[in-house]
Order: sequence, then structure tokens, then C-alpha cells
Amino acid sequence: MSDPRPNVVRVSDESLVHARGLVKRFGDFAAVDGIDVDVRRGEAFGFLGPNGAGKSSTMRMVGCVSPPSAGVLRILGMDPARSGSRIRARLGVCPQVDNLDPELTVRENLTAYARFFGISRRVARQRAAELLDFVQLSDRASSRVEPLSGGMKRRLTIARSLVNEPEMVLLDEPTTGLDPQARHLVWERLFRLKQQGVTLVLTTHYMDEAEQLCDRLVVMDGGRIVAQGTPRELIERYSTREVVELRFPVPDQGAYGEKLAGVGERLEVLPDRILLYVADGDEAVAEVHRRSLGPSSALVRRSSLEDVFLHLTGRTLVD
Amino acid sequence: MVTLALPRLLLARDSARRAGSMVERNVAALRSAYWIVMVGGFLEPLLYLFSIGVGVGALIGDIRIPDGRVVGYAEFVAPAMLAASAMSGALSETTFNFFGKMKFMRLYDAVLATPVRPMEVAAGELIWAMARGTVYAAAFLVVMTLMDLTSWPRALAAFPATVFVGFAFGALGMALSTFMRGWQEFDLIAAVQFALFLFSGTFVPAQDYWPPLRMLVEITPLYRAVDLIRGICLTSFGAVQVVDLIYLCALFAGGLALAGRRMARLLLK
Ligand SMILES: Nc1ncnc2c1ncn2[C@@H]1O[C@H](COP(=O)(O)OP(=O)(O)OP(=O)(O)O)[C@@H](O)[C@H]1O
Ligand SMILES: [Mg+2]
Repeated sequence: MSDPRPNVVRVSDESLVHARGLVKRFGDFAAVDGIDVDVRRGEAFGFLGPNGAGKSSTMRMVGCVSPPSAGVLRILGMDPARSGSRIRARLGVCPQVDNLDPELTVRENLTAYARFFGISRRVARQRAAELLDFVQLSDRASSRVEPLSGGMKRRLTIARSLVNEPEMVLLDEPTTGLDPQARHLVWERLFRLKQQGVTLVLTTHYMDEAEQLCDRLVVMDGGRIVAQGTPRELIERYSTREVVELRFPVPDQGAYGEKLAGVGERLEVLPDRILLYVADGDEAVAEVHRRSLGPSSALVRRSSLEDVFLHLTGRTLVD
Repeated sequence: MVTLALPRLLLARDSARRAGSMVERNVAALRSAYWIVMVGGFLEPLLYLFSIGVGVGALIGDIRIPDGRVVGYAEFVAPAMLAASAMSGALSETTFNFFGKMKFMRLYDAVLATPVRPMEVAAGELIWAMARGTVYAAAFLVVMTLMDLTSWPRALAAFPATVFVGFAFGALGMALSTFMRGWQEFDLIAAVQFALFLFSGTFVPAQDYWPPLRMLVEITPLYRAVDLIRGICLTSFGAVQVVDLIYLCALFAGGLALAGRRMARLLLK
């Protein structure tokens, strides 16, 4: 745990997940429609995308609990179809929906799970104690699972995924449903794991989470990858440096759309505000005032992954 | 040869260990309420034995069994009760409980994300299901011997046979559960089970049935189980009992293999 270079992430060229033209079909419907992915040892890799994009389907294939319908998939250099059990022995999995054992206590959920990996009883007890401490559930160790709050169950599921000291952890929306404190706790824990050299693969709907944790990420939509890179690269490629949010004191913001033409690289009219994508926010605000349009508020902020995400996958709910 | 066999043996050992970890999980899940279930399971065959074997038996008197001997009705019925209780114990664990764990608790989803394979889950669950049946079988055999319905050596031989009957029915029940869509369909299993209980040469020698019915009865699993246990406890162990054993072996192996395959299809999609 005492890493001398806490902020240096060591990423090797070794591919722990290697997918080419990976497809998952349910009947005629392709939930994952031919994706290429490489996750290298030591990195934190994220899958982003709207509901139904195929993130969980991909995670399940990587976790060797769902056979690919087509394409090449190698996990830890092995073929899931032939070596699924051996691969799973070295993975940690936190599924999107908690599937804790309701008949066991919090502690037993960890110890019984450790036994599935062939870990001795003594080591299992020891790890359970450490992990409960890690996710701050030690005081609930003897409680059953049902009365735990949603966030506590989530933390327990994350703890369970670490019981075999995995080389790679798959986390499907690890912090969905957590309160801000718990989210920050989980982020901090995941960051610590990464520093220990554990490879993280996660999906998320939180852009700040992706920006905080992921070295690289892909944006999926409709079963395909629509963009990939580091968070910074994606922002540079698909958005501008800054965004100006303007509100006008009229019900219909649309009327101002034309009047703002040419101020930024791109402009988006929303029901309640107008977004200007610009390189220099202050300069754009000055221009707005020069045109004497008089917005009731003008907020300049740095462009985020959220802007990229909405730009790539659209603002409307399609399904 | 040795170099080929050794890795296989090691693999088999790993598989057995993983099936064992499934059993361990069930031991950990054991709570006090379980003992009520245990007592109920033990009482059921005993009640049948007393009410029908002893009670109705007093009206019927003695009956002639196929080998020509004349025995008391309780002596005739007791081995059948033992076989039938092995069946119902195994089925209740592997249909209702297994189905609930698979479909409602979604217990195996988490297990299958570990190195444990579907077949190992099935094997572990079956071993666990039979742990209870094994205790019942031993207790019932002790009662039978004390009531002088069989002899100690025969009871000793009937014990593993009864446990094996349980395994065969357990494997069958598990395979059936994987085809169930909802709880309603279990009523169907219960109905079939009851029909088997009544017509498998349990209360009346099957030789007395109308020939087509007799042939039908003779291919059902409980008939074979009753025939096997009665052979050991009361009459003799001959070629027919070897057929019973082969039949039950096939049921066991086929059921378990099918259950494992179906679980993989249902849960790993
Ligand atoms: N077992 C299944 N059978 C049939 N269709 C499925 C199955 N699992 C997923 N799908 C479909 O595949 C598509 C992708 O689902 P998936 O769960 O991978 O999406 P996701 O990106 O994880 O979405 P979310 O953000 O909502 O979790 C969806 O349209 C879903 O309905
Ligand atoms: Mg999902």
C-alpha cells in the first residue's frame, strides 16, 4: 500500500482484455455490435454510453459469464470459451445489480464467496475483516444483508469483488445509488487499488467519475463504439475548451439562437438556456454584450466529458 | 498414461472442491428454522408406516410376495415407504428449493462469476439436498429394524441403496426444475409424484395390476426404487435388482448432466 510514487500509474503493453469485432446477440437483436477494445494491465478503462448501449452486455462477456456471439475475445490472454473458470479465478466482478446472498450475513457473504475461489477458511476470515474495514462496514458484519441500505449493499458487493485479490476488477456502475460520501469513499478505494497495480474496467453514467478514474474510455451507443480516448482527448476532439451557458429573460430562448450566430464554434438551444461552445468564454460573453443581447445570466465553465457525451449520443432519450 | 491421467485427476479434485464450496455455503445459510423442516421430513414416512402398514395392515393381514413367501403387510409396505420418502425428500429439495435459489434469489448468478462451473453448482446442490435424506434414511431403517420389519444386515445394505435412490431422484428433480417457468408447474410435479407414490408397487404388489398398467408402472423410477429397496430389505438381491441399479444410475447421471447443461443455458446468456 505504501507506494513510493503514488501518482505514477504503471501501464504495460500487455492486453488483459482484447476484443476484435465482438458481438453479442439476443435473438436477432445485436446488443453489442462489433466492438474492438484493448485494456492494458494497470490502467483504468471506462465504458460510457446511454441506457441500452450494450455496456453491461460487454462486461458480462469480459467476465466470462456470457458467451460472445461472434468476434475474438481474449481475457488475460486466454479464451473464455475454453478457460472460463481459470480466467474467472483472477477476476473480480461487481455486477450492475447487487446479487448478494440474502441467507447469509454480511461477513459470510465474503467468506463463503472466498471459498468459491478455493481460498482457505483462515485467509477468507482475514480478508473479510480487511475488506469490511475497507468499505466501512465492519460494524454491520453480523447483520443479514436485507436490512442494509442500498449504498451499503453496493459497498459490500464491491468488497466481495476483491476477495480473491483479482488482477482485474470489472465494475458495472459501481457508484450508482450511492450518496456523495459513499461515492467519494468508493472512488478513493478504487484509486488505491489502481495504485497497487490492479486493472480496473468500469461502466458509469457519471461523467465526473469517468474523468476522475479513467485513464482511457470508450463511448458506446447502440452496441457500437462511437468515440474513444483519454478524457482530455475526447473533450478536445468533440467539444471546445469552454462552454458559456446563457439564459434570456423570455420564455422562448430560440429567438436568440440566430442573434448569437458566429459567436462560438457551435451553439445549442435548450428549452431553458443556450449553450455556446467556445475557445475563450470571457471573450464570448464580451461579444454577447457587444451585440447588446442582455442575458439574465451568463456562466462560463470548462467543457466536461458530459458535453462530449451529450454531443455524441444526443440529448433526447431514444428508447 | 500417467502423465495424461494426473492432470485429469487434479482437475477432478478441483471440481470436487468447488462443489464442496457450494455445500459449505448452504451449511452457512442453515438457520434454526431448518430443524422444523427436518422433523417434518422424518415424521412423514413414519406416519405412513404406522397408519397404513400397521393400521390398514391389521385389516389386510398377511400377503403373499412374488417369491412365494407370506409376510405381514407392514413388512411389505415399509421398504416402499423408505424408497418413497427418499424420493419425496430429494424432490422437495431439488425442485422447490433449487428453483427458488436459481430464479428468485438469483444465487447462482454470483456463484458462476467465480471459478465454480454450472455442473459443480449442480453437484454441490445435489450433495447438499441428500444430506438431509441420508439422515432420514438411517433413522427410518433403525425404526424398521427395531420393529422387526427387516434384519440388521439387510438394513445396513439398504442404507447406501436408499441414499443412492435419493441421489437419482434429486438429479431428476434438478433437471426438471430447469424447465419450470413458474411455481404453478410444481403442482404438476407434485401430482405426478403422488401418482407414483400410489402406484409403484408401494401398497399392492405390481404383479396384481392389469398387464398394460403393470408394464407402464415398471418403467417408472419409483417402481425401480421400491423394487430395489424391497429386494434388499425383504426378498432377495437378484438380476432384477441389478437392472434397478443400472436404471437409477442412468437417471442420476442423465439428470445431473442435463441439469448442469440447462443451468449454463439459463444463467450464462
Ligand atoms: N438477457 C437479455 N435478453 C435479451 N435482451 C437483452 C438481454 N440483456 C440485455 N439485453 C438488451 O441488450 C441491450 C443492451 O443492454 P445492456 O444491459 O448491455 O445495456 P447497458 O449499456 O448496460 O444499459 P444501462 O446503462 O441501462 O445499464 C438492451 O437493449 C437490452 O434490452
Ligand atoms: Mg448496464
